[in-house]
Amino acid sequence: MALAAAGLLLFLLPLAGLIARAPWNQVGTELVATETATALGLSLFCSLTATAVALVLGIPLALVLSRTTGTLRGVLRALTTLPMVLPPVVGGVALLLAFGRSGLIGSPLHQLFGLQIPFTTTAAVIAETFVAMPFLVIAVEGGLRSLDSRYEESARALGANSWKVFARVTLPLLRPAIFSGAVLCWARALGEFGATITFAGNLPGRTQTIPLAVYVALETRPDGAIVLSLILLAVSLAILIGLRDRWLGAP
Amino acid sequence: MSLHAVIEVERGGFSLDIDLTVEAGETVAVLGPNGAGKTTLLRALAGLVPIAGRVELDGDVLDDSAVGRHVPTEERRVGIVFQDHVLFPHMTVLENVAFGLKRDRSRVARGWLDRSGLGDKAGVMPGELSGGQAQRVALLRTLVTEPRLLLLDEPLAALDVSVRAEVRRELSRQLAGFTGIRILVTHDPLEAIALADRLVVLEQGKVVQTGLPSEVTARPRSRFVADLAGVNLLRGTGKDDHIELDGGEVLAAPESGEGDVFAVIHPRAVALYLARPEGTPRNVWRARAEDLDLRGERVRVRLSGPVPLVAEVTPSAVRDLRLDAGAEVWVAVKATEISVYPA
Repeated sequence: MALAAAGLLLFLLPLAGLIARAPWNQVGTELVATETATALGLSLFCSLTATAVALVLGIPLALVLSRTTGTLRGVLRALTTLPMVLPPVVGGVALLLAFGRSGLIGSPLHQLFGLQIPFTTTAAVIAETFVAMPFLVIAVEGGLRSLDSRYEESARALGANSWKVFARVTLPLLRPAIFSGAVLCWARALGEFGATITFAGNLPGRTQTIPLAVYVALETRPDGAIVLSLILLAVSLAILIGLRDRWLGAP
Repeated sequence: MSLHAVIEVERGGFSLDIDLTVEAGETVAVLGPNGAGKTTLLRALAGLVPIAGRVELDGDVLDDSAVGRHVPTEERRVGIVFQDHVLFPHMTVLENVAFGLKRDRSRVARGWLDRSGLGDKAGVMPGELSGGQAQRVALLRTLVTEPRLLLLDEPLAALDVSVRAEVRRELSRQLAGFTGIRILVTHDPLEAIALADRLVVLEQGKVVQTGLPSEVTARPRSRFVADLAGVNLLRGTGKDDHIELDGGEVLAAPESGEGDVFAVIHPRAVALYLARPEGTPRNVWRARAEDLDLRGERVRVRLSGPVPLVAEVTPSAVRDLRLDAGAEVWVAVKATEISVYPA
């Protein structure tokens, strides 16, 4: 009982600290401050783009995952879930080594097209996608596995080809799983720090998203850091409340 | 239009091995216990499971493993209706019925719904339908595509007993207006007899009996069918005027023929006595009543003993014989009440 209370306190105290120290009268001015607005805009752009990319790439990946069995499935699953357990900094280093100017892909990209990915907004999006996409893939794959295959079989027996079955039956039935997967993915992308700072750097206006801005502001303008943290906290709470039926069981 | 199917499916220790021919306009009921392979047979005919063998429908070869031919489900024009309707939950009833249509979808679907008395449900989501209505919509959804072969997988099993009769009547009416071949899978004999022209009894992946419902129940060839028909089924070797049962007992029965035979004894022909009966019956032995089961006006008594049988007696006989689980009784079966036919 005491241990449970201690555990709960560990969650509650930092939140209480954040809220108690919040400079409520400055929230308005902080929000419109240039640096804050820039970081916020960049964060929204990067995290939403990362979620969109994750949807486009992640749904097909989940489809493939749900239809493979045996060893291959294990390997694919391990690969897709690796970024979830990998320390984000390591992910950032790995991305740097792959897409960096002398990297595996980065070197030919730079030589052939003069493209340079690291330390750009693109890099921030890639870093966030890398870290956040597994959340979407896992959610969608779970949805696919619990989908009654007879819906798709009925559709086929009614003369629907694979594309029609996917578009009119599979995808709509997966909507709840896709939605909650996308929200989780977006939340993870919004909070991404380690991989982004390693691979994309910390350039205001280009790669400095809210988490990076919080980290920097904590030393120079603590009040700004707190306000930015509050924004992220509000987003997290909104997600929790929005998805409570799905996560916390019956209301 | 006819169906010829030779199907072999091997899956994790279970094997299905079937040779089935169904003529145009015929309704065949595939009857069998759980795990007999009934659903696998339907799925194979629909092209949903890979098979070894050959399926020919209406002159079209749908499957022929010898030449590697497999027509995908969506090109077979084979309709399948599952046990619990499987209506698309995100579409209205009208959209569900229109799903398989190619042209003039909405108008045609509405016409079918109106003719079935479901017109007022067109805009409703499947979740708001009763079980019976949902199953009727599921049947319509398949019928509008004019399949050449209609496969029904236990279409009434998921329904409440109270609505089953109504949906069965509707099903019977719809099937009568359908010109293709119908195959109905069921474990409910009533459903089979009410809807089918012919029964195919499947056990452990093999056809054990086929014929008109009356033929199949009159001469069961398996324990499953005998139980359905409510009769005792024994097997043994015919020796002209008696049968040597597989258990070693001898049963007197005239015209038993020679060789492997089945013997059917109706439970009403099994007479029970407190004392050893005198007179004509030649099949007499002592047995123990294992349990009693009231069925309507009669009581079915399961007997153990040299020949395990079920007897059917009146409630007053139960009182007179002081019958109860564990009671010892004398059993007599008249030789002329035993019907014997070759196995």
